[in-house]
Amino acid sequence: MVARAQGTTSLHLVLAWGFVGIPLAWGVIETVLNAMKLFG
Amino acid sequence: MSSTTMPRQGGGASRALLHRDRIIAGPGFSRWMVPPAALCVHLCIGQAYAFSVFNLPMTRLIGITQSAPDDWKLTELGWIFSIAIVFLGLSAALLGRWVEEGGPRRAMVAAALCWGGGFMVSAAGVAIHNIWLIYVGYGVLGGFGLGIGYISPVSTLIKWFPDRPGMATGMAIMGFGGGAFIASPLSVGLMHYFSTPTHVGVAETFVVLGVVYFCFMMVGAAIVRLPPAGWAPEGYVAPAQPKKLITTRHVFVYQALKTPQFWLIWWVLCLNVTAGIGVLGQASAMSQEMFPGHITAAAAAGFVGLMSLFNMGGRFFWASVSDFIGRKNTYFVFFALGFVLYALVPYAGAAGSVALFVLCFCVIISMYGGGFATVPAYLRDMFGTRYVGAIHGMLLTAWSAAGIFGPVLVNYIRQYNVDHGIPKAQAYNVTMYLMAALLVVGFLCNLLIRAVHERHHMEEQNEAGVIGMAD
Repeated sequence: MVARAQGTTSLHLVLAWGFVGIPLAWGVIETVLNAMKLFG
Repeated sequence: MSSTTMPRQGGGASRALLHRDRIIAGPGFSRWMVPPAALCVHLCIGQAYAFSVFNLPMTRLIGITQSAPDDWKLTELGWIFSIAIVFLGLSAALLGRWVEEGGPRRAMVAAALCWGGGFMVSAAGVAIHNIWLIYVGYGVLGGFGLGIGYISPVSTLIKWFPDRPGMATGMAIMGFGGGAFIASPLSVGLMHYFSTPTHVGVAETFVVLGVVYFCFMMVGAAIVRLPPAGWAPEGYVAPAQPKKLITTRHVFVYQALKTPQFWLIWWVLCLNVTAGIGVLGQASAMSQEMFPGHITAAAAAGFVGLMSLFNMGGRFFWASVSDFIGRKNTYFVFFALGFVLYALVPYAGAAGSVALFVLCFCVIISMYGGGFATVPAYLRDMFGTRYVGAIHGMLLTAWSAAGIFGPVLVNYIRQYNVDHGIPKAQAYNVTMYLMAALLVVGFLCNLLIRAVHERHHMEEQNEAGVIGMAD
């Protein structure tokens, strides 16, 4: 059986990447701020 | 036909809701939806790297402000992470075939149940102060979630990105490195929110994390798709003359264990990880001891954070580079450049050059991460796509072994040197030279890797049968 034919829209891609990208970016920013202490 | 080369075909259960047959992509589906699906899983299970943030709070569950006599000791709590990593390796090795044959959605749902369930059981363990429940919850159940989740999207990504398999798996495995970035501040924030003068808030934090991770992973399971049989990216033409080290055939999962290539790659991964994991765990102490007065405790914490960023970034960078220069050449770079950099570290210490020291370790750690991310594509080149996820699962035992060798080498050699009167600033020099020597052995193992002999390939009609299952 093949999954229901459904094209991927740009909105799908933005939502999917935003869903994983936003928390990852937040975590990276927190880590970069922490890493700055090495140069402080 | 040997029975070991006959793939198990699904029976009535093959039509189950989660089965691979039900998630074959329809027309118009973009393959760029698959990396986020993989990241949904890897960003969650990457929390394992940040579990240490719970260690100190869990040593004062009874005493609250300081440890009471009945509180757990750090030595007891250290076992939680160790058990989880052992079960990661075991489950990836034992359930790889089940993951491969059932497809990524079934595996992701199983991983979500194990991972989220592990947090719930652990929360109960914290609430009633029973550490065995945490060993079983986070350690065993969570370890199964780690192992199944880690390998679940690998072969799917490789099938969607035949033109860039390294980059595709690099994206997912980068997520495993990045998961700790999210988990660490999130866990600290949740514990702060739930803590009261009579309560440290660990149990509630576990419950929230279990629910959030379960939901996040289920989103990945919902959007993941397999490519239809014979699918290829638009404009992609498979090389007419296949490269010598990239097979177009498939090797059955257990047959791969009988090839020298599997064990050579096992050692390549093990030695690359051993060289990195030892210093990763000791980076803070090592930087302060090698540069007393120059690197403070706060700066050392920054150094650890910087290394984590390079660990994550290296996964994507090096795996992507491997698509252009080849997997074997990428590992040659890891071993040759790693050798030079490890040999430079004692010089950096003697010269008092913090910048050179930081640069050396950031590049070394990027190659440590790159080793993890490049190896699925290396396996795909050697053994084909059909069972690459399962073979990758068995290869992860190299990670478990390196997790023991690396820290032991660094810690014991340092202690031996300190006990024999060597100044702390120089106590790591022997270790660095030993790591460089390990990389030479890894270089030789990589050098010996050749294409898999055709006697190990699955028979043509058997391959055709499994490819018909939407490979």
